[in-house]
Amino acid sequence: MAPVATKKKAKSGNKSKVSKKTYLEWYTLMLRIRKFEERALMMYGQQKIRGFCHVYIGQEAVAAGIESAITKDDCIVTAYRQHGIAIGRGVSSDAAMAELYGKETGVNKGKGGSMHFFSKEHNYFGGNGIVGAQIPIGAGIAFAEKYRDTKNLCVTMFGDGAARQGALHEAFNMSMAWKLPVLYICENNGYAMGTSVERTSNVPDIYKLGLGYEMPCEAVDGMDPEAVHNAISKAAAHIRAGKGPYFLEIKTYRYKGHSVSDPGKYRSKDEVKEYKDRDPINVLEKKLIKEKMATEAAIKKIKDAVKAEVDQAVKFAEESSFPDASELYTDNYLQDDYPFLT
Amino acid sequence: MSREIQLRDAIREAMSEEMRRDESVFLMGEEVAEYNGAYKVSKGMLDEFGAKRVIDTPIAELGFAGIGVGAAMNGLKPIVEFMTWNFAVLAFDQIVNNAAKTLSQSAGAFSCPIVFRGPSGSAGQLAQQHSQTFEAWLANCPGLKVISCIDPYDTKGLMKSAIRDNDPICFMESESSYGFTGIVPEEEYLIPIGKAAIRREGTDVTLVSFNKMMIEVNTAADELAKEGISAEVIDLRTIRPLDHHTIVESVKKTNRIVVVDESWPFAGVSAEIAYEVQKYAFDYLDAPVVRVNSADVSLPYAPTLVSEYLPNPRKIIQAVKSVMYQKA
Ligand SMILES: Cc1ncc(C[n+]2csc(CCOP(=O)(O)OP(=O)(O)O)c2C)c(N)n1
Ligand SMILES: [Mg+2]
Repeated sequence: MAPVATKKKAKSGNKSKVSKKTYLEWYTLMLRIRKFEERALMMYGQQKIRGFCHVYIGQEAVAAGIESAITKDDCIVTAYRQHGIAIGRGVSSDAAMAELYGKETGVNKGKGGSMHFFSKEHNYFGGNGIVGAQIPIGAGIAFAEKYRDTKNLCVTMFGDGAARQGALHEAFNMSMAWKLPVLYICENNGYAMGTSVERTSNVPDIYKLGLGYEMPCEAVDGMDPEAVHNAISKAAAHIRAGKGPYFLEIKTYRYKGHSVSDPGKYRSKDEVKEYKDRDPINVLEKKLIKEKMATEAAIKKIKDAVKAEVDQAVKFAEESSFPDASELYTDNYLQDDYPFLT
Repeated sequence: MSREIQLRDAIREAMSEEMRRDESVFLMGEEVAEYNGAYKVSKGMLDEFGAKRVIDTPIAELGFAGIGVGAAMNGLKPIVEFMTWNFAVLAFDQIVNNAAKTLSQSAGAFSCPIVFRGPSGSAGQLAQQHSQTFEAWLANCPGLKVISCIDPYDTKGLMKSAIRDNDPICFMESESSYGFTGIVPEEEYLIPIGKAAIRREGTDVTLVSFNKMMIEVNTAADELAKEGISAEVIDLRTIRPLDHHTIVESVKKTNRIVVVDESWPFAGVSAEIAYEVQKYAFDYLDAPVVRVNSADVSLPYAPTLVSEYLPNPRKIIQAVKSVMYQKA
């Protein structure tokens, strides 16, 4: 994948309005997601976690920039690379880790696993395992908000691979025609499994897919929470003004393989290093110290708290029970005496 | 000369042999070329056949299945790989409304010689969207042929027949069984579509199954043999057309049948077999037809729920004992 062209600093003169508090929130959230997933990978290695497990490591600035720019009443729907998004929404590390373990105390009682966290109280409409399926679903969630005359929008997230599904075009078209309050975000991490963006289309600039529908669209540097935050704030204002959808292609990178089973041989060590050198957590940590927004001691305190949180989550998951076999027949129908075939 | 190879190798050999034999055969799907296949089925095929004939697609199942249908109508013989059949649901329009209907709606002017293939069924804790079987869904549709097997010898011979066949074919493999091994000769052979195989002869009960449930059935049959119960084991291999003749002849001998099918029970393959058996062997049955399916629910992630959901030797043995009126 070609390096992103958005490396330059935010325009000088246009003084950033981001508060110290927000920087610290971004730092903390990104670190919580990173450490949570590093531990999840470790526990996967010990076979405590099974099935598919796609981590978000490297992409945390996107989750951070989204959450600071929208409200908790707004909705989010995304794909299976979703632990970080769910934690950003407010799902606790305990509930998330227990879900990965398949325990009854998990955010979805151990029924969904790594790809499928859902949390109604956090307006989190889930991790979807079918590539691209959530694109029209996100438009539908936005449809319901508009129908009820709220000011809320739906952040509808998908990967660069998903951007090639036909469903995107149908959803883009209808949501523009109906001016739905939907913010489409393509997290372009350069690859869909082993396939680079360039190999999937004549149009490697994914944001341009909005042009065919006259949907406002832009590319954003996804290694910087501030850039993400600013782009989303602008897009959200447009959407809340009733002007319909907005499309952001956020350029990011996943450091690990596609899933636990992918060694990621299709890219060079240099390419991975180039992105790791711009790691959003490290960069922000340096900035916090350099600009005296936090002392070394304060940073250590955050790190210790995050480590304690993850330790506690693992303990919680370990100590919880698997769902009872009878749970197989719950949550399939709301009708409580549904006659299952046996 | 024979050697032991894996299921994934058997499929690759079949595709490669047919591609060497017939220029019009090509392979298309997600990650089939440069990545050598998500499950390494097509490993090395890009090197041998080049990018013209081993084609990486974007994630666009509906689109590339349709491109396959059009190419098949216009003289080529596509093999379209779905990373799993769960994702082929996006392409059902092209499979069901087009591939299956081309011959009928063109009154024979156009045919659609295409193979849609990929793994079907559960593969561990993959949860609701990644664990489904599709034999019954597609076998319901006239115009399609459906094959589902994991034995490497059978799979190779059937895959070659499928690629040569002039009708559209849905070929179901198994993600968790791609490493399943078997003895396969080096010489060329074909296995006919539509013929079941009797895996072991028996006298007390007929066990019918297909795809990876054959592993569970064989384990159960071994256990039953230790208890003095002689099971005749049939591997369907092809789902549509269904070889009811082999099943019915077996039931005439054993007078009892248990069908083991990973699909959901409602309107499934097991239901179809039960119908055929009561129709053609009613007077031979000493007990009702019994089936062992996955539970009538979506498959959740937790390990306790996965093991409760799937057929297993214990459930099969219990079913056999019930048709033999023995205590479990
Ligand atoms: C419809 C469908 N086709 C194929 C797959 C298999 N698959 C899972 S993830 C993936 C790659 C998706 O890449 P991208 O959209 O870029 O998201 P990323 O993994 O990079 O976050 C593929 C092909 C699937 N889950 N669903
Ligand atoms: Mg991607």
